[in-house]
Amino acid sequence: MRPKSLRVRKAKEAAYLAGFVLAVLAALAVLGVLLWSIVAQAWPQLRWSLLTNYPLTDSTRVSEAGYASAIVGTLWVVGLTLALSLPLGIGAGIYLEEYARQSRISRVLQAGVTNLAGVPSVVFGLLGLALFVRAFGLGKVVLAASLTLTILVFPYVVITTREAIRAVPQSIRDGSLALGATKWQTIRKQVLPAAAPGLLTGSIIAAARAMGETAPLIVLGSIPLMQFLPWGPDSLFVVMPVQIYAYFKTGPAWHGVAAAGMVILLLILFAVNGAAVVLRNRLQRQRW
Amino acid sequence: MFRRPAARGESTVTEAEPERIPEPAVSVVIEDPAIESKNLSVWYRRKQAIKDVSLRIPRRKTTAIIGPSGCGKSTYLRAINRMNDTILGCRTTGEMLVEKEDAYGPNVDPVLLRRKIGLIFQKPNPFPKSVFRNIAFGIQLHYRANSGELEGIVKSALEQANLWDEVKDRLDESALGLSGGQQQRLCIARALAIEPEFLLMDEPCSALDPVATAKIEDLMFELRKEVTIVIVTHNMQQAARVADYTAFMYLGRLVEFNRTRDLFEKPREELTENYITGRFG
Amino acid sequence: MSANARDAAERVRPGKILAALEPQWVWDRGEALIRFLLLLAAAFAVFATLAIVISLLSDAAVFFRRVSPLDFYTGTTWDPDIEEVFGVLPLLTGTLIIAGGAALIGLPLGLGSAVFLREYAPPRVREIVKPVLEILAGIPTIVFGFFAIFTISPILQDWFNADFLNGANAIIVIGIMIVPLVSSLSEDALTAVPVELRDGALALGATRYEAVSRVVVPAGLSGIVASFILAFSRAVGETMVVLLVAGQTTVIQLDIFRQMNTMAGFIAQRATGDLAVDDPSYLSLFAVGLTLFAITLGLNLLSDLFRARFREAYE
Repeated sequence: MRPKSLRVRKAKEAAYLAGFVLAVLAALAVLGVLLWSIVAQAWPQLRWSLLTNYPLTDSTRVSEAGYASAIVGTLWVVGLTLALSLPLGIGAGIYLEEYARQSRISRVLQAGVTNLAGVPSVVFGLLGLALFVRAFGLGKVVLAASLTLTILVFPYVVITTREAIRAVPQSIRDGSLALGATKWQTIRKQVLPAAAPGLLTGSIIAAARAMGETAPLIVLGSIPLMQFLPWGPDSLFVVMPVQIYAYFKTGPAWHGVAAAGMVILLLILFAVNGAAVVLRNRLQRQRW
Repeated sequence: MFRRPAARGESTVTEAEPERIPEPAVSVVIEDPAIESKNLSVWYRRKQAIKDVSLRIPRRKTTAIIGPSGCGKSTYLRAINRMNDTILGCRTTGEMLVEKEDAYGPNVDPVLLRRKIGLIFQKPNPFPKSVFRNIAFGIQLHYRANSGELEGIVKSALEQANLWDEVKDRLDESALGLSGGQQQRLCIARALAIEPEFLLMDEPCSALDPVATAKIEDLMFELRKEVTIVIVTHNMQQAARVADYTAFMYLGRLVEFNRTRDLFEKPREELTENYITGRFG
Repeated sequence: MSANARDAAERVRPGKILAALEPQWVWDRGEALIRFLLLLAAAFAVFATLAIVISLLSDAAVFFRRVSPLDFYTGTTWDPDIEEVFGVLPLLTGTLIIAGGAALIGLPLGLGSAVFLREYAPPRVREIVKPVLEILAGIPTIVFGFFAIFTISPILQDWFNADFLNGANAIIVIGIMIVPLVSSLSEDALTAVPVELRDGALALGATRYEAVSRVVVPAGLSGIVASFILAFSRAVGETMVVLLVAGQTTVIQLDIFRQMNTMAGFIAQRATGDLAVDDPSYLSLFAVGLTLFAITLGLNLLSDLFRARFREAYE
């Protein structure tokens, strides 16, 4: 038996460690280069009128193009999606965590949630097109988009809700139940307030996902180049990512405007996430 | 990452101790110890788990460390083979001489140190591999062995751990299918396979039933001629049965060290007496 | 403890005074109603899955009445416009090549960073890297698509004489996109492996890398494989990047530096909401969508299987 050289073993470890560090650095570098390349492309087009002007196709007036209808459309679609998906998702999370943790029914429902989370987003677009737009006859409106995105973000809301509820100590429930509170009273008055920071995180994740989704809405039939602001659930609509994509398709002259749209989208996403972190920290401080 | 602080031997500076600590009662002088700690202190972040412990552990004998939970006995054991290095925020000062060489010295590689010092954990921790692979693991870390050599070593290690007859027909089955006592003897065999000079045992029987415990104790009795054994236990009868020497620790300090029989029959410290008579702990 | 408390909640009823104020049946009914509503919410995922299957199937069935499934799944030409030939193999091979290539990039990087974060990184580094990975995971896919166009495609054109739109663009970018997913799920798997196993290896004189590669990773393998499969499934379904950077093709394309197309990419190219309902290329969307759904569903179930095996071992 020949002993292995410790130096060789150490060298191997060092080589692999270098690989691991490189893997992490690669991810960090990509994020850096990605943000930089988008901002660099967008720089000449970053102007306030992006927020107030309507989309254009006339390539001589690139610097007058804007995202007004897309921004309002995003607000409508995301807002309505949250209004639909949060009650549903949080309710489902409560049921799975508090009422049916180990039952067979819970396993089936849980499998439904995990598998829904794995469905490619473009397939939700087909669902929305066939079901909401055509079969229900809603047409290509905000409501159809929101219903589609509700299905898409539902699993994320359920998963974060369950994690948040699971983190609430059992003693809080026991204390409330021991005072004679019913199960629902305990959940509403004790568990949900205690789980609020986690629920907030879930809603933010849902909002961020809904905001960034492009493919399902393209399939659904979002209308780029809209010259008016969406007014409600029954309005035709365009959202930021679809408008960005539309500008990009229009030609190389529009890449700057498209990149500028991405800067707006990323800023909104970062702001929402940042606000969530701040809020969560504040809520957490008052806990128990 | 786990660099040892440069300030060696300054352990008394960091904490003002209002309480007056008597010198430990050490009644036997161990000449030429296998392991010797000098003013060893271990901190977990701000909390000091071991306070200035100086202890000499004899070669090819069994030494027990007893004391109530939280007294630092496991921490002391893990300081010997530098397993504490893996705990974040843990730092060690003072000296831990293993065969005269400071385990925390600048030229010591913990990998080589641990290769010489086997460690048996409180809960049996066989790898989720076959019985054979468990034993072969250490050998394959350190040697290039062909399958014939490997089989020979695995067999002799299992025999040494009194496990061969029970597992010889299931060498390829998962070690997780063994009983708790068998798993623990497997872990001992796994350590023995690379022929360590020391065997550290961290409450090795606390998760086992009396029959399995007896088997482990028999095994320790057989092994003590060949390796230096240090066993941490909260079970005083066990210490009395297996150990030649016993150290009693309390609140991170060494209180008393003596031949096992002397320590149990005529303890010099009141604290020791209170503990072994079951008045606390 | 909790079971007792729950039983107690079901047994304990308001006392006489409260009962006088509010009849017991109101409480019971309210509780039952809420429970039922919550059950409905929880069943939403199952309803949605059924809705997906039904809506895909019904239009795909019409499609398959015109194009035989055999021709669809064995045809090597995908030309829905001019010749109206629907052989899905060009899309299928494109999907597998792009997702497989992305996996080759993303899985090692993801596992590598998981091992680094779990076993080597000092807390301060973790505190920086993990949020950055989360940010990366939260960036809309369309942004990644632009990144490929602006940054990666020019390099590939220079070095490999690639087309402006090509498969390699998509492979690289999707590979990077799945890193955060693999990293966080694999790290969870590594974390779930009991620390005693790693310590056991270290105590035998293993280096940290040996302990990880020979004990921790094999012990957590089913969890890691589950994360790999999930990431592959994500890559299979990725749409916007393909739509933006991979291009289109009517034949089976094996050269990653030429234009390629995937099933998801085709759906987004074609479905703009304006096609007539009985247009064969509109119907073909649902046949492709059904195939895509079946593949990802299969992958997800496989991933669940591995995760269940992992949970059995460690939870």
